[in-house]
Amino acid sequence: MIAAPSNRQRTRILERIVFWTFRLATYLVLACATYIFLDIGIKGSRTVFTSHAPFINLKFLTQPPQTLYVFDYEGKKMELSDREFRDWKLTHKEDVDVTSISYSAGGIWPCIVGTALLVIGSMTLALFIGISAAIYLSEYSRDTPLLRFIRIAILNLAGVPSIVFGLFGFGLFVIFFGWNVSLLAGWFTLGLMVLPAIITASEESLRAVPQGLREGSLALGATKWQTIRKNVLPYAVPGILTSSILGIARVAGETAPIMFTAAYAMRDEMPWQVSRWTDFFFQGVMALPYHIYVVSSKIPQNEYTERVQYGAAFVFLVLVMLIALTSILLRERQRSRLSW
Amino acid sequence: MVSLLDMPRTLPQQLPPPVDRSAPEIEPAPIIDVSELDFTYGNHQVLFDVTLRIAARAVTAFIGPSGCGKTTLIRCLNRMNDLIDGARVTAGSIRIEGVDINAPEIDVVDLRRRVGMVFQKSNPFPKSIYDNIAYGLRIAGITRRSRIDEAVEKSLRAAALWDEVKDRLHVSGYGLSGGQQQRLCIARALAVEPDIVLMDEPCSALDPIATAKIEELIYELKQRYTIVIVTHNMQQAGRCSDYTGFFYLGRLIEFASTNKIFTNPSERRTEDYITGRFG
Repeated sequence: MIAAPSNRQRTRILERIVFWTFRLATYLVLACATYIFLDIGIKGSRTVFTSHAPFINLKFLTQPPQTLYVFDYEGKKMELSDREFRDWKLTHKEDVDVTSISYSAGGIWPCIVGTALLVIGSMTLALFIGISAAIYLSEYSRDTPLLRFIRIAILNLAGVPSIVFGLFGFGLFVIFFGWNVSLLAGWFTLGLMVLPAIITASEESLRAVPQGLREGSLALGATKWQTIRKNVLPYAVPGILTSSILGIARVAGETAPIMFTAAYAMRDEMPWQVSRWTDFFFQGVMALPYHIYVVSSKIPQNEYTERVQYGAAFVFLVLVMLIALTSILLRERQRSRLSW
Repeated sequence: MVSLLDMPRTLPQQLPPPVDRSAPEIEPAPIIDVSELDFTYGNHQVLFDVTLRIAARAVTAFIGPSGCGKTTLIRCLNRMNDLIDGARVTAGSIRIEGVDINAPEIDVVDLRRRVGMVFQKSNPFPKSIYDNIAYGLRIAGITRRSRIDEAVEKSLRAAALWDEVKDRLHVSGYGLSGGQQQRLCIARALAVEPDIVLMDEPCSALDPIATAKIEELIYELKQRYTIVIVTHNMQQAGRCSDYTGFFYLGRLIEFASTNKIFTNPSERRTEDYITGRFG
């Protein structure tokens, strides 16, 4: 006999419940993402874009952060940046009642540069070490207990919280190696943090290359390294780039690993203003995520700080998106050159 | 040197090529000498006491049911089994022109350049037809364009593929049909001018027409190369080989001229297999 009607009814209700649970869960994610992007997008674009030509707030993108001075003068409300205020004082001798708000004038140019430098350096390091390790694991190593232990260690490393990486980097690079708070220490700390993800993903992509290509190449008298370089690695590059996209987003976004190792809250010189070229590696930089952290939790909040917070967050989002887009385009180009 | 291309192509495509039935047992000088070979994957022994001698410039076929060790043996001949963890020769030796290929001083890269291989699943590289064939030459350090051009044409002609692809040498090898891909792999193996060509079930994924073309090709290639072929297909062994070895459960049951194996085998198991009673 077919199931009794009441039973069938219950099954149908259960089906509906399950369906709507899954559907609502998906919509919830979508709603959250939309809210975050719209909120930052709308409030941030008020800072970044202007209503008159050139429509982009170039000051915000090209100047260092400055202190904002707010005061009333002859019935007018003045909002002047540090530099403007000093010029103003030269022509106006009278005393005014000034409120000063840190970081809320000027722009975020040094932070953009600092973040770019941190991403480039740490990803170069992580990709070089990560791909080398992945080649070793996938192409050279044999399955031994030691190797299984290494694999587990790599997976565990991926689960270590970023603040722990920050403290580790502080202890090893900043203090023990004596590099101080520097780009180099930041590169190594961030590089180590994304290394497990890059090793794992690169190894997967290498393993996905058909064994027949390796055998075909070796059977023609190619050495192992020739085979890897010419007939395995090129086909794994798209997969490796995919993993590096995620790596870039993480490296650019993490605050915890750099706050002890590489980031300055404020620095007047730009990174290229160093007396000797070796100093380049041993200087701290400003960075976008750390700047956002500073302006949203280290200074008293008011309507002026919101401007720079949202502006920085917006620029940060756009920047990460641009980097990711570049990697995706690179990957697609690489993929179209392969013809399998 | 007589080019393959100069030889009259008298063989009708569909008919089995006439095998030289009068070939005496190992009259031509043996080029490969396998002696009392035991082979093991981890703890699992797959070849037991295999002894055979393979004649130069002849086609030798290995037949037998799945898992009998014939593929393992052919992969021993260019040490392709080195790639597999835990796989090793535990006893006996393989000599090619008198040199033990498992000796520590042997450079496996040189060995593989002399002993080419065509695989069961055709494996063209995801490159153009031209680059597929140039690959072996380039890794050997040959960079002169004219020399590579010449070798590409010569090997494609030798693999009877030239006329079909000469107008699209720079398109991907993946655009070819299955049979053409396999002939591309053969051409690629010939381009580095090996002495011996190993073929591991080269026709197992091909339709009868493509198979016939490859068999015809094998017959022509033996003028210049020593060919060892593993096949599931007994008719194929019968059609294109001069010598046949029958393997069963890791042992070489019988090895003789193809004529003798197929008409008058000395072993009962060979006869049972050939007549289709098992396998």
